[in-house]
Amino acid sequence: MARAHDIGGLKGLGPVEIERDEPVFHSEWEQRVFGITMATLGKGLYNVEQFRSGIEEIPIVPYMESSYYERWIVTLETNLIRAGVVSEDEIDARTVELSRHPGTDVGRREEAEFCEMLLSVIQAGVSPERDVEAPRRFESGDRVIAAGTTAAGHTRLPRYVRGKQGVVARLDKAFVYPETNVEGAGENPEWCYCVRFEADEVWGDGAEAGAPVYVDVWESYLEPA
Amino acid sequence: MSEASHTHDHDHAPPTDEAGPLSYYQRLELAVRELLIEKGVLTADEVRAGIEDMDGRSPERGALVVARAWSDPDFKERLLADGPAACAELGIDVSPARLAVVENTDDVHNVIVCTLCSCYPRPLLGLPPSWYKSSSYRARAVREPRAVLGEFGTVIPEDVAIRVHDSTAELRYMVLPQRPPGTEELDSDALAELVTRDSMIGVTTALAPTAERHA
Repeated sequence: MARAHDIGGLKGLGPVEIERDEPVFHSEWEQRVFGITMATLGKGLYNVEQFRSGIEEIPIVPYMESSYYERWIVTLETNLIRAGVVSEDEIDARTVELSRHPGTDVGRREEAEFCEMLLSVIQAGVSPERDVEAPRRFESGDRVIAAGTTAAGHTRLPRYVRGKQGVVARLDKAFVYPETNVEGAGENPEWCYCVRFEADEVWGDGAEAGAPVYVDVWESYLEPA
Repeated sequence: MSEASHTHDHDHAPPTDEAGPLSYYQRLELAVRELLIEKGVLTADEVRAGIEDMDGRSPERGALVVARAWSDPDFKERLLADGPAACAELGIDVSPARLAVVENTDDVHNVIVCTLCSCYPRPLLGLPPSWYKSSSYRARAVREPRAVLGEFGTVIPEDVAIRVHDSTAELRYMVLPQRPPGTEELDSDALAELVTRDSMIGVTTALAPTAERHA
């Protein structure tokens, strides 16, 4: 089933709303959601594919109606439950309690060593780059079709290029394969490619002239054209 | 409408939360945070550590890189060939991002988008603005980039090709805008002042040297 996030090329949306002098965070609440996410991601309670998938699983209406960080707190809840860190019942009970007794003070614990580790993980990050022994299937200039994958869930191939023909524009390194990593079924790294799709191939006659799209794809998304 | 004011993004404390009844999502955040802290999974300090790391990451870093590329052709070549290594020369660590810098020329104008989520060259530009994460930008930048750029007050001549880069895998893109004319006498600091966040996303061009700057 199509997921709500895969909106490249979707019609019917209005102008881009540009906020002047936008702050990095609009509220302390947004900043806390960001902080909790970085901390729990840094602890390895879930991986980045699982984080994204939890957003993609939000049904289309609440997805379109919710703000960026509201989607983050939803996927946090989803992933913390899946990781067995908290239960759905505990969260439900607590949100009910909070609606009756707002302003509850949250306890504090200090853990300098972890903070150090966390900062280094966030700053240095965890590289998705991996070594792959298999030779590449494609070279620059090869014509390819973005055939897609059989994955029912999380994928990084946007719908708008599925089944479309393009040309390999650049060879990239090998990265962790999102479709299996999201399931906890292994990293299975694959070579990546930047593929150029012409606008009329992707969008048909309604395309703006001279505006190709470059999409980065994992090797198994591609077939020779 | 051109958003020329973002060279200096705010990294001060955000506005305090509004008083009043909590929304569903606000209660959810509080419940999750309380439970994590009570269970010893997370500490309040750790939440803060996650936040503080974003201090110092702002478009000034990207502007520094662009200004250097404008004034040093050899550096520009290295930047286009290997973004992370070139940034490291300036003491800027972009790892583990696989940075790809794409150059605007007389013939090509590049635009960056992430249609699937919000992938962005954070080590050089900080966190993305709301419009970059919006459904409208994500949906439309790939199909009608000229129309979208028009909403930023940017008109790209018809004989200049537009390339849209959708950040779907592990590469993070930054646009190297064209150096504005009339800037031959400017030093790196003055050049960097002309490089806005939006010009490094590709929705605008760099500022003209005489342009009025917003605070």
